[in-house]
Amino acid sequence: MNIDTKTEEFHHVHAAHCENGVTTALLRHHGLDFMTEPLAFGMGSGLFYIQVPFLTINNGPAISFRTMPGAIFKRTCRSLGVEVTRNKFRDPAKAQLFLDKKIKEGNPVGCQVGVFHLSYFPKEYRFHFNAHNLIVYGQEDNRYLISDPIMEEVTSLSPEELSRVRFAQGPLAPKGHIYFPEKVGVITDDLIRKGIVTGIKRNVRDMIGIPGNFAGVNGIRYTSNSVRKWRDKLGLKKAGLYLGQIVRMQEEIGTGGGGFRFLYGAFLEEAAAHLQDDRLIGISEEFTKSGDMWRASAIQMAGVYKGRLTEQQSFGEIADRLLEIRSVEKEAFLKLSKLNLGK
Amino acid sequence: MKKEDLPQEPGALSRLTRELCYVKNEEGKYETALSKGWDIKKEALDSAWVEVNDRVEEARKAVVSGEKSPIYYFMELNLMDLGVLSGYTGFFTFFVKRHLKPSVFKTLSDKKLEKYAQAFDISVSELKNFKG
Repeated sequence: MNIDTKTEEFHHVHAAHCENGVTTALLRHHGLDFMTEPLAFGMGSGLFYIQVPFLTINNGPAISFRTMPGAIFKRTCRSLGVEVTRNKFRDPAKAQLFLDKKIKEGNPVGCQVGVFHLSYFPKEYRFHFNAHNLIVYGQEDNRYLISDPIMEEVTSLSPEELSRVRFAQGPLAPKGHIYFPEKVGVITDDLIRKGIVTGIKRNVRDMIGIPGNFAGVNGIRYTSNSVRKWRDKLGLKKAGLYLGQIVRMQEEIGTGGGGFRFLYGAFLEEAAAHLQDDRLIGISEEFTKSGDMWRASAIQMAGVYKGRLTEQQSFGEIADRLLEIRSVEKEAFLKLSKLNLGK
Repeated sequence: MKKEDLPQEPGALSRLTRELCYVKNEEGKYETALSKGWDIKKEALDSAWVEVNDRVEEARKAVVSGEKSPIYYFMELNLMDLGVLSGYTGFFTFFVKRHLKPSVFKTLSDKKLEKYAQAFDISVSELKNFKG
C-alpha cells in the first residue's frame, strides 16, 4: 500500500527570506490571500541591526541585519489574531510522529532546520547555521515534500535527511521546532491596518529606541568604530575576512539585497496603499537609498578582501560610509515615528 | 536598486536556484526579480572558504606533528567548534577539549570514538587510523 498524503493544494512561495516565505505561504494557505513577503516582514518588524560585542560567529563579527529568528512569524500571526501552535522535541522519533500526524490532517507545517546537513544545498553554503526555515507539505513514496522559500521550485527529503536537519546541533539548535497556524479568525481591513501600524511602531522602537550603543542604528556606528580599528588590530588578512562576513550577512541569500533594506522599502510602499497614506512612499525611498548605500559599501569592502585596498584610508572611508548609512536610517525612522500613524 | 542594475553573475548557489530580490521598476515601484548571483558576495564566500581550508590544513599538520588528535582535524574539516561538536556527540566541551590531546585520544573506548565517528560521518577505523 502506498499512502500519498499531500495537503490540499499547497502553493509554493518563492521569497527572498526563508522565515518571511514560510509565514507568507502558511498564512496564504489558511486563506489570507492579501499576505505578501514584504507585508509579513513589516508586520513582524523584521528590520534590525545589531553587532553583539565580544562575540564572534564562524570566526567573524556577530552581526545581524534582521530581527531574531522566529519573531517575524510570531509577531505577524499575533497581530492578525492567528493562533499558532509550536512544538520542540527531545526525541526525533516523537518529532517525526507529530509531523506525520499534522501532514495526514492536511496541515502544511513550518520547520526550523540547520543547513549543514541539508542535502540539496550547495556545499559552499553548508555552514552550521541553524535558523533556516522550510515547509513540509506532504509525503510521497516515503519522501517528505519540501517547499523551501528561497528556492524557485519545490523539492523533497528522505525521513532520515529531514530528521537530521531538524535535530542539527550548535547555536540555535532547532530541537525539532515545528510551527503552524492553528486557528484563523475573521480578518478585517481594519485589523490589517492595525497590524501594519503596530509593526512599524515596534520597528521604530527597535531601531532608534534601544539604549546602548550596539543595537539599532547605533549598532551601525558601533560597527563603523570597529572597522576603523580592524586593520591595525587584526591585520589585513583577518580584517578582510571580517569585512567579508559583513557582506555575507548583508547580501547573501535570504536578505533580498542591501541587508533587507529593499524589502523594508517594498513593505512601506505596500503599507502606503493599505493605509492610504502617501507619506510612507517618501520614506520608502529613504530605505531604498540606504539599501543602495549598503551595497556600495559592500563593493568597497570587497576591495579589501580581494587585496586591492590595503591602506588605513580605505578602512576610514568604509567606516565613514557606515556613519552616513546610520544617519539616513535614523532620519527615516524618526520620520516614521513622527507620522502619528493610527491616530 | 534598479531592476536593470541587478547583477546576474553566477555563484555556487546558481546550481540550485536563482535568488529573489526586491528592485525598482521603470515606474519607480518595487517588484521582485531573479538574480543568478553577485561577484561581490561570491568573493566574500570564497574568501571564507580559503580561510576554512587553511584551518583544516593547519589542523592536519598539527595531527602529523603529534600536537593534536585526529578529532581536532575532523572537527575543523566539518567546520565545527567545541560547542557544535559537543552538541553532536553529547560530551561536555570540557571533555571534548581533552579528547583533542593525542595522549587522551589513545585511551578512548570504541564506544566514545563511535560518537565522534558518527558526528563526522566516518567510520571508527578511519578516525583511529588518521595519520594526517
